[in-house]
Amino acid sequence: MTVAQEHASRDPYRLGHAVDRSLHYPWAEHAELDVASKRVIVAYGFWIFLLSDIVMFSSFFATYAVLTNETAGGPSGRDLFHLDIVAIETACLLLSSFTCGIASIGARAHRNLMYYGAMAATGVLGAGFLFLELREFANMIAIGAGPQRSAFLSAFFSLVGCHGLHVTLGLLWLLTMMAQVFAKGYRADIQRRVLCFALFWHTLDIIWVGIFTVVYLTGLAK
Amino acid sequence: MLGKLTWAAIPFDQPIPLVAGAAVLVVILAVLAYITAKGWVPYLWREWITSVDHKHIGVMYVFLAAIMLLRGFIDAIMMRSQQALAYHSQGYLPPEHFNQIFSAHGTLMIFFVAMPFLIGLMNLVVPLQLGVRDVAFPTLNNVSFWLTATGALLVNVSLVVGEFSHTGWLPFPPLAETTYSPGVGVDYYLWSLQISGVGTLLTGVNFVTTILKLHAPGMTYLRMPIFCWTALASNLLIVAVFPVLTATLAMLILDRYLGFHFFTNEAGGNQMMFMNLIWIWGHPEVYILVLPAFGIYSEVVSTFAGKPLFGYRSMVAATMVICIISLMVWLHHFFTMGAGGDVNTAFGIMTSIIAVPTGVKIYNWLFTMYGGEIRFAPPMMWSVGFIVLFAVGGLTGVLLAVPPADFVLHNSLFLVAHFHNVIIPGVLFAAFAGYEYWFPKAFGFRLDERFGKAAFWCWFVGFILAWMPGYPLGLMGMPRRLQHYDVAEWRPWLLVAAFGVLVILAGILFQVAQLVVSIRRREALRDEVGDPWNGRSLEWSTASPPPAFNFAALPRIESDDPYWQIKQRAIEQQVLRPEPTYKDIEMPRNSPTGFVCAFFASFMGFALIWHIWWLVGVTFVGAYATFVVFAWRDRAEYHIPAEEVARIDRANRAARRAALARLQQPAQ
Repeated sequence: MTVAQEHASRDPYRLGHAVDRSLHYPWAEHAELDVASKRVIVAYGFWIFLLSDIVMFSSFFATYAVLTNETAGGPSGRDLFHLDIVAIETACLLLSSFTCGIASIGARAHRNLMYYGAMAATGVLGAGFLFLELREFANMIAIGAGPQRSAFLSAFFSLVGCHGLHVTLGLLWLLTMMAQVFAKGYRADIQRRVLCFALFWHTLDIIWVGIFTVVYLTGLAK
Repeated sequence: MLGKLTWAAIPFDQPIPLVAGAAVLVVILAVLAYITAKGWVPYLWREWITSVDHKHIGVMYVFLAAIMLLRGFIDAIMMRSQQALAYHSQGYLPPEHFNQIFSAHGTLMIFFVAMPFLIGLMNLVVPLQLGVRDVAFPTLNNVSFWLTATGALLVNVSLVVGEFSHTGWLPFPPLAETTYSPGVGVDYYLWSLQISGVGTLLTGVNFVTTILKLHAPGMTYLRMPIFCWTALASNLLIVAVFPVLTATLAMLILDRYLGFHFFTNEAGGNQMMFMNLIWIWGHPEVYILVLPAFGIYSEVVSTFAGKPLFGYRSMVAATMVICIISLMVWLHHFFTMGAGGDVNTAFGIMTSIIAVPTGVKIYNWLFTMYGGEIRFAPPMMWSVGFIVLFAVGGLTGVLLAVPPADFVLHNSLFLVAHFHNVIIPGVLFAAFAGYEYWFPKAFGFRLDERFGKAAFWCWFVGFILAWMPGYPLGLMGMPRRLQHYDVAEWRPWLLVAAFGVLVILAGILFQVAQLVVSIRRREALRDEVGDPWNGRSLEWSTASPPPAFNFAALPRIESDDPYWQIKQRAIEQQVLRPEPTYKDIEMPRNSPTGFVCAFFASFMGFALIWHIWWLVGVTFVGAYATFVVFAWRDRAEYHIPAEEVARIDRANRAARRAALARLQQPAQ
C-alpha cells in the first residue's frame, strides 16, 4: 500500500474525491476470523452485566458512606460488629471462590468427581456464609438494632443484605447448574453457563472484599 | 387474600378515568376478538410474540411506543386544556387527578415512548448496519421487550385499579414516602420502572456486546455507521446508570415497604441523597435518548444530501465525549440545593462544556448538507426542523447552566419549556424521522409523503405554539405543575399553548391517516429493490423486508458507507456483485420465554403493589421455572437450507438487476 493509498483509506471525509477502488486491505483476507466465538460473546456479555451489577453495588456503597454516621442516637458499627464472625464469613467465601475455580476446571476436563465435588463444596461454603450472615442480622434485630432504627442501619442492612441476596440467588443458580450438567452432560452451551456462574461467584467475592473493608474494618476502626 | 386490594380501588366516583379505562378495555377486547375470529393468533404467536428476530422485536417496540405516545398525548391535552380553563376557577380536573396526569405524562413519555421508540429503531437497524444476522443474545432481546411491555401495562392498569403516582415523573422524597403518599400510586410507579428497568438494562448489555463483538468481516469500529456509534454510546450509558436507578428505587421501596430510613425526615434519612442518586441516572438518561436520535439525524442528513457524513471521525469523537461528560453534570438539576458556590460553578462549567460537542454535531450536519443535492422527503424535513428548534432548546439549556440564572428559573415553566424544546425536536422528531426512513425496510413499502409532510408541518408549528410561550411564562414567574392560577398576564400565553397542542393533535391525526392510507396504497408504494432512498449503509443492501437471516453471505466491508461503494461499483461496471456461494444458515429458534416471564412479572408487580404476598411467591417460582425450562431445551438453533437461502437471495438480486438496467437506459 502506498502512502497515498494509506492516507486515502484513513480519510473518511473524502471531500469531493472518488473512492479508490484499487484499495485492498491486507486484513480483509483473514476477516472471516474476526467473527468472535460464542464462548467469547457470552463471556463478554456477562462481563458487561457484572459491571452493571458492580455499579449497582457502588450506589449502595456510596449511600452507606453518606449515612454511616447517621445513627440517630442508636448503636454504631463499633457497638455491633464482631470481627471474629466476619473473619469466618470471609474465609468461607474466599474458600468457596477457590472451590468454584476447581469446579470450572472439572467442567472443562469433563471430570465428574471434580465438578460435582467442588460445586457441592462451593454450595456448602456459600450456605455457611449465608447462615452466619443471617445469624448476625437476627442478633442485631433482636437487640433493637434493626434497619428501622436509623439511617445508618438501613444502609448497612441494604448493602450487606444485597450481597447476601446475590449469594442466595447464586446458590439457586449453583444447584441448577449441577442439575443441568447431571441431566445434559458437558454440552458446549452448558459449559458457557458454568463459565458465567463462575464469573458471577468470583464477582461476589470481590464485592465482599469491599464490604469487609468499607463496612466492618472501617466501622470497627472508628 | 388480596392484600390491600378492595372494590374501593376502582374509582367509581371519578367518571374520567373510569370511562376512559372502560373504553380502552372495550377496544382491547374488540381487537383481541377480531384477531381470534380472523385466526391470526397462531401467526402472531409464531412470527411476533415469541420471535427472537431483531427486526420483529424492533417493530414491536415501536408499536408499543406509538400506543403509549397516544396515551401520553391525551394527558398533554388534558393538562393544556386545564391550564387554559383554570384561570380564577378550578377547571375540570381536581388537584389530585391533575397531579396524577402530569406524573403519568412524564413517566410514560420518557420510559414508555422515547425509550422503546429508540430501542426499537436500534433493534431494527443496528444488526443490519453491522452486517450481521442478529444481536448477540436474541432470546434475551425478546425478554427485554416483554419486560418493558409489562412496565407499560402496570402504569396503565393504575388508571382503573387504584391510582397513579402524583409526585411528578420522579418520586421525590419525602413527598413520595408513605407519610405523605400512603396510597398505591407511588408503588405503581416504582414497580413498573423496576420491571421495565431490568428489560432496559438487558438491552444495554445485549447491544454493547453486539456492537463491540459482532461485525461483518472488515467492519472495523471506524467504519461503523454513525447510528451504530451513537447506539453504542447510548447503551454504554444504560449499563453505567440504569443500575443506579434500580438501586435508588430499591431504597425508596425499602423505605415505603419495610420502614427503612434512607430518605425520610426521621432517624437520619437524607432527601438530598435521593436527588443526587436519581440525577446521576437522570442526566445521562437524557443522553441515552438524544444520542441515538443524533445518530438517526446523521444517517438521514447524509442520505438525503447524497453525501458522506461531514467529519465522520469528529462525529464519533463528539458522541463519545458527550457519553463521558454526561456523567459529570447531574448536579445542575438542583443548583438550589445549596452545595455552595464552588460546587455549583464546577457543575455549571461542565454543563456549558457539553454544549461544545453538541455544537460540533450541528455544524457537521450543516456541512454535510452544504453542496449536497438535498431531497426534502419527510425524514429530511424532520431533521431540518430539528436543527432549527434544537438550537433554541440547546441555548436555553446553556442559560439554565448558569447557577445564578437557574436560581431564578428553577422549577418555572422556563425549565419545562427548555426540556420539551430538547426532547420533542431532539428525540421525538428523530423517532419520527427514523420511523419514516426505515419503515420501508421493515415492511416493504414507503409511507405516503403528502401526509408525512402535513404531519411534519403540524408538529413543527404546533410545537412552536405550544412551547415557546413557556419561556416568557417562566420569566413572568409561573411555576410548573399549577392546577389553577389567578394571574391575568399568564392567560393569553396559556391559551396560545393550548391552541398549539391542538395543532400537534392535527399532526398526530395526519400520522395515523398516513399509516392507514399507506397500508391501503401499499402496492403503489412498494419498495421492490430494498433501497428506496438511495442509501449508503448496509441495511439498504438487503431486501425490504429483509429475510430472517438478513444477509445470504456476510458482506465483506472495505470502506465506510459500504453499500454506497458496492452500489457505485455495480453502476460503473454495469453488473451486480458476483453471487455468493450459498450455504446452510443457522438461526436462533423462537422462544416463548420472554412472554411467559413477562406474564409472571406482570402479576408479580401487581401483587407487590397491592401487598398480595402469596402471589409474589407463586409468580417468582413461575418466572424462575420459565428460565429453567428455557435452559433445559436441547435445540437452540434451526437451519435454513442453502437452496432456500439461494431462492430468497436470487429474488432480490433479480430486482436489483432490473433496477440497474433501468438506471442505464437513459445513458443509451
